[in-house]
Amino acid sequence: MTPLLTGWGRTAPTAATLVEASAAEVPTLLREHPRRGVIARGLGRSYGDAAQNAGGTVLAPITGPTTIVRAADGSALVTAAAGTSLHDLMGDLLAERLFVPVTPGTRYVTVGGAVAADIHGKNHHRDGSFGDQVVSLDLVTADGQLRTVGPDADPAVFWATVGGMGLTGVVTSVTLRALPVGSAYVTVHTERIAGLDALMRTMREHDDDHRYSVAWIDTLARGRALGRSVLTRGDHATAAELTGAAARHPWRPPQPPRLTVPFTPPAGLVSRPTVRVFNELWFRKAPRDRVGVESIASFFHPLDLVESWNRLYGRGGLVQYQLVVPDTAEAALTEALRLLSDAGQPSFLAVLKRFGPGNPGLLSFPMPGWTLALDLPAGPSLGPLFRTLDQLVVEAGGRLYLAKDSRLSPETFDRMYERADEFRKLRRELDPHGVLQSDLARRLHL
Amino acid sequence: MLNALGEPQSLLLLGGTSDIALAVAEKYAAGGGIRVVLAARPGPRRAAAAARLTALGHTVEELDFEATDTASHPALVTQAAAGGDLDVVLVAFGVLGDEEEAWQNHDAAVRLAEVNYLGPVSVGTALARQVTQQGHGVIVFLSSVAGERVRRSNFAYGASKAGADGFYLGLGEALREHGGHVLVVRPGFVHTKMTEGREAAPLSVGPEDVANAVVAGVAARKELVWVPAAMRFVMSGLRHVPRPLFRRLPL
Repeated sequence: MTPLLTGWGRTAPTAATLVEASAAEVPTLLREHPRRGVIARGLGRSYGDAAQNAGGTVLAPITGPTTIVRAADGSALVTAAAGTSLHDLMGDLLAERLFVPVTPGTRYVTVGGAVAADIHGKNHHRDGSFGDQVVSLDLVTADGQLRTVGPDADPAVFWATVGGMGLTGVVTSVTLRALPVGSAYVTVHTERIAGLDALMRTMREHDDDHRYSVAWIDTLARGRALGRSVLTRGDHATAAELTGAAARHPWRPPQPPRLTVPFTPPAGLVSRPTVRVFNELWFRKAPRDRVGVESIASFFHPLDLVESWNRLYGRGGLVQYQLVVPDTAEAALTEALRLLSDAGQPSFLAVLKRFGPGNPGLLSFPMPGWTLALDLPAGPSLGPLFRTLDQLVVEAGGRLYLAKDSRLSPETFDRMYERADEFRKLRRELDPHGVLQSDLARRLHL
Repeated sequence: MLNALGEPQSLLLLGGTSDIALAVAEKYAAGGGIRVVLAARPGPRRAAAAARLTALGHTVEELDFEATDTASHPALVTQAAAGGDLDVVLVAFGVLGDEEEAWQNHDAAVRLAEVNYLGPVSVGTALARQVTQQGHGVIVFLSSVAGERVRRSNFAYGASKAGADGFYLGLGEALREHGGHVLVVRPGFVHTKMTEGREAAPLSVGPEDVANAVVAGVAARKELVWVPAAMRFVMSGLRHVPRPLFRRLPL
């Protein structure tokens, strides 16, 4: 079948042949070298064109059992098929009083996608990104060979695969460290902060006190209110900290979404007035300063409560702009927020987070510093604004996140990822005939 | 690839020296140069157009194109795609001719139908094959409001545009499931070298306006746009005017 595929942003659809294959069938599929190549697709949560392959083949998620083993020292390793969602994985892990070591803002990503995008979560400042938690993974390269790689086995291929957007081969299974936790709940300290300077100061000084930390910024606030935000920091709660229903069911896993956006409104509901009202209410609703207990779903994945929320952006779809700039380039971050605020582009709650050290992944996104992410309704008027922001990010020595990107040019990409050519060289060695292909790879000349 | 904001990385201009085609290529230079394939008759006009687009930062390839040489079209499209996928293709060739000669002179009538109808159908099918293979691609066809309700004053031209307009609208439906997208643009009177010396009709526009509509229409994945947009309502009124009255309108 040839469905039209898009990323989560629902922009730039292209047609591909969708095929299903088990891990054992992947070598044959790659050796056949289908016309215009193959890319593995997970749950389609990359915003842009990473899991699309126009005119070629797209491989559906590879399923399989999940196994958990405990080492003598009590530490736990979990092995999951690449197509396993973090939602399912969390269910299995919580039953063993464990948790995923890194979770992004949605549970509906696959383990394979998490490696390919080297995803990060609210604990990056302490625990690094997903790739840092991987012990080993099974990778079928373009020649059809199954390789088990990790930081200690064929590290060159491993660190090209971590963040490699699926272009080094098809990941079939991943083994990673699991995190022992005291319950399925999080103790959360929520604080309203009036401006950007105060926010960044608080995060710089106190992030390390908590495993999880993230701030939500109102990008439409201007002048003195520029950067007004709500900072939430948390740690896994122990059973003793729980009360009420949580205390009765301390290991209740996150539940599937209860609400859905059933159709795409033609015009989209995300505009400056609606966002202004939403951001105002949301800021006022947040407690000034409070510590409470929240479920995993409500703390980590508030948007997962509503299925297909991306439809709210209408037919035109949405784009996310996520940048990171080094610690020394705080001024660039302030400037970026000012540009966005002046442009009056309606973004629900931009997210600001402090990153810890990066890893050796050739195309891995995180670097020590600040990352800012915001969703905007797609439209041609964003082109010039984003190009101005790109320039700012490049000059600050920063970069954009490929899992979110849907519009960078190859020239700008190369200025952001200084190891891009190293990646291309290794890819040519692993895949001289370009069996692994995606729209993103074509767009960025990877 | 066309990105999320509707910005292409390659552009094929069929009838690459037309004022509208060049205006579109200029708009697409805003985000930095892209690969532009100029398919047109060889000569000083094409050379000048290539020089102008190169100066804007585009990487320009030139191909020989003759609208009436339909047998050459499939190979031409393949050649244009040799340097990479075709993201946006603009079918921008056409002739206006002398309105009265166009139905009284046999040769003139046949030639007009060949350039304005047969040529677009020929390149359209060749492009459809390419788009289907790529799994993506936008074809923009420059139609005319003259084709929406054909009138006495330029019916040969209007009829040829009406035919091609219908073909491209249908092609858009056929290519949907293959990842392709077709945009039909119906401008009113456009001040270009094709209309030079003619009296402008009401709601006349410049090539710039048409180019803006093309760029916006591609980005918004529109299937049919009028330039200016108000022309849509004018034409939808005119479509329903009874013939005896329509005949008397000064159109």
